[in-house]
Amino acid sequence: MSTMIPAPAQPARGIRPAQSKTPKAPLAQRESPFARGGALIVMGVFTLYFLVPIWWLLVAASKNRSQFNTTNPLWFADFSLFENIGNLVAYRDGVYLKWMLNSALYAGGGAAIGTIIAGMCGYALAKYRFPGRELIFNVVLGGVLVPATALALPLFLIFSQISLTNTFWSVFLPSLVSPFGVYLARIYASASVPDELIEAARLDGAGEVRTFFTVSVRMMVPALVTVFLFQFVAIWNNFFLPLIMLRDETLFPVTLGLYAWNSQVNQIPVLRDYVLIGALLSIIPLIIIFLLLQRFWRNGLSAGSVK
Amino acid sequence: MRMKKRAVAVALLTAATVALTGCATSGSTGTDAAACAPSKGKVDLTFTTWIPGMEDTVAVWNKANPDIQVKVQTGPNGNGGTYQNFFNQLKAGNAPDLGQIEYDALPNFRVQDGLTDLAACDGVLDAKSDFVDWTWGQVNFGEDKSVYAIPQDAGPMAMFYRTDLFKANNIEIPTTWAEYATAAEKIRATGGYITNFSQSDINQFAGFVWQAGGKWFKNDGDKWTVDLTDPTTTKVAAYWQDLIDRDLVSTNPPWTDEWNNAYNSGSDWTWNSAAWGANSIASGAPDTAGKWAVAQSPQWKAGDKASGNWGGSSTAVFKGSKHPYEAAKFALWLNTSAESLTMLNKSANLYPAAKSGLDLPALKEGVPFYGDQAIYDEFATASAQVSPDFVWGPTMTQTYNDVSDGFKGAVSGKGTLAEALKVGQANTIAAMSAQSIPVNK
Repeated sequence: MSTMIPAPAQPARGIRPAQSKTPKAPLAQRESPFARGGALIVMGVFTLYFLVPIWWLLVAASKNRSQFNTTNPLWFADFSLFENIGNLVAYRDGVYLKWMLNSALYAGGGAAIGTIIAGMCGYALAKYRFPGRELIFNVVLGGVLVPATALALPLFLIFSQISLTNTFWSVFLPSLVSPFGVYLARIYASASVPDELIEAARLDGAGEVRTFFTVSVRMMVPALVTVFLFQFVAIWNNFFLPLIMLRDETLFPVTLGLYAWNSQVNQIPVLRDYVLIGALLSIIPLIIIFLLLQRFWRNGLSAGSVK
Repeated sequence: MRMKKRAVAVALLTAATVALTGCATSGSTGTDAAACAPSKGKVDLTFTTWIPGMEDTVAVWNKANPDIQVKVQTGPNGNGGTYQNFFNQLKAGNAPDLGQIEYDALPNFRVQDGLTDLAACDGVLDAKSDFVDWTWGQVNFGEDKSVYAIPQDAGPMAMFYRTDLFKANNIEIPTTWAEYATAAEKIRATGGYITNFSQSDINQFAGFVWQAGGKWFKNDGDKWTVDLTDPTTTKVAAYWQDLIDRDLVSTNPPWTDEWNNAYNSGSDWTWNSAAWGANSIASGAPDTAGKWAVAQSPQWKAGDKASGNWGGSSTAVFKGSKHPYEAAKFALWLNTSAESLTMLNKSANLYPAAKSGLDLPALKEGVPFYGDQAIYDEFATASAQVSPDFVWGPTMTQTYNDVSDGFKGAVSGKGTLAEALKVGQANTIAAMSAQSIPVNK
């Protein structure tokens, strides 16, 4: 009961950056050119800071090995990117492609199912009243504070008990859980899914499950996309859990595979090239996903804040 | 990349402390060598290693031994996470049958009671004569009646040097460390550096100490003694400190582009490194092909014949393996058969620990990068000169980290190498006490 009243205020707190973004555009025109120039410079510096490593990676990946050390690190030499990619893909019967596929499965599958679970939990916590609701929510919130790395070892011991280590499931199952997703879905659901609408759906004879999937989910899409993106990136970058769980090379996600190669660069110098090219290729799926879903995401953030 | 590695190392260390402080056991529990009987029927073994291409070698074994099938598992290199995984698995009771462990990490597994004593297994004690003497000392810790792993590869050290530069500047190839320092002065006068002092390859520095006859650790069966500050180590540290103080050696962080570039551009002239380093130079300094050669390491006393070792690993059988007999059989084949050693040398540049391996045709050929010199002959000579008495401690990751932190300061003028070793000494004793490992304070 008590949550129903402060709930609308919560989304604004949770996603403040977007809120301050909307009024900023008209404001900026009124500011002095110095302030504006200063802001631009700061942003320019940060943009450079983030883009230069990627640029370096692109340039480095396009060089052959002898040129790698001897030519300007920030400019192209002979362009052999495609040849390098060919070598990478051919190395050890294409194990790199297998890793990319694994990463896509862990991250894509884990984020999709994880988003549904988080959406349902958040919705239930926002819209149903039952004893212990706040307690559950607070426990979930506490979960946000526990870093995934700290859970990896206990998870390993648990999975060992049921002989599930070194399997697809040992990485996939823990990836389905996202306390932050539950949190976000709850505050978003309580702000953007009106009780009257659910009431109307019930009156029209829709069951609770049907109401959720046909009515509520549509209104929660922006939040769900956000959860999906967060989860996708988190799983894609989660390196420690696979490191502890997996031994079989064919189950590795691309992060672990590249790390394993990189740890052998001293002895097998050719791996350095593959690590560079592999790293470059491995960021492409993330970029694609962000570009595709960016629209929903931005909508989601601002829609929440206006209410 | 460095940062990330470091972060991972820290995370792993934390996990290690959490996981292991509770279950450290004393060094010498009763031997269980009595039980090593063959199993009945078909046996499946798991083998974790980070050597690329190991599957192909194991496939050869699997084909010839239908009753002992080995499955290869992999991961990053030992300190990159695989050792921690081994410890986690030992704790969870699902360790693989066999695992790759570097010599400097073996005592850690021994102290945590993670290794099976293979002495009773068929042919293991007799295999002693098949391996270069000092490598056997690394796997039996000086106990004549025990064998805790089968030596796999070794890193005997020698001196890589630029023949062309020494000749063009009329500088003699140094054969003693005193001559090496003199040559360093002359080289500095031409604008170059004789070598690069590595601030983070503490195992390379250990190789220098090893060559000089120092011993960092002793274990009398009951207690460990840590001695990172013995007179020999202090002498070696003072020698390098002097070269650093006089700016006669460069101090680039190793394995970086700067470091590669220093060799590739001819600014660094020599590298005191292991057999496996031959490929590191060839790939890091491709423009200098044909201009390198290998000579025995400079000696502390003219006429001496001593070498150090840097790196090398073994194949161990973990506690809890149900088939030690078969595992030992496989490990012996893997590390002594000419077929296996040839394949491993080809796929991963392993330099064998087996005596027969030193005569592999692939290790007798001239190497074009080194002006067609048969460089592995030098390493074979070096390997025979490595002292069998050097023992590693049970907490080497921590020791390396502490000493390396000090060395990083020393190369930038904060503190000295000797002080770094003193700190390493104190911290190592503290770390061992914290894990309830008996140690003389």
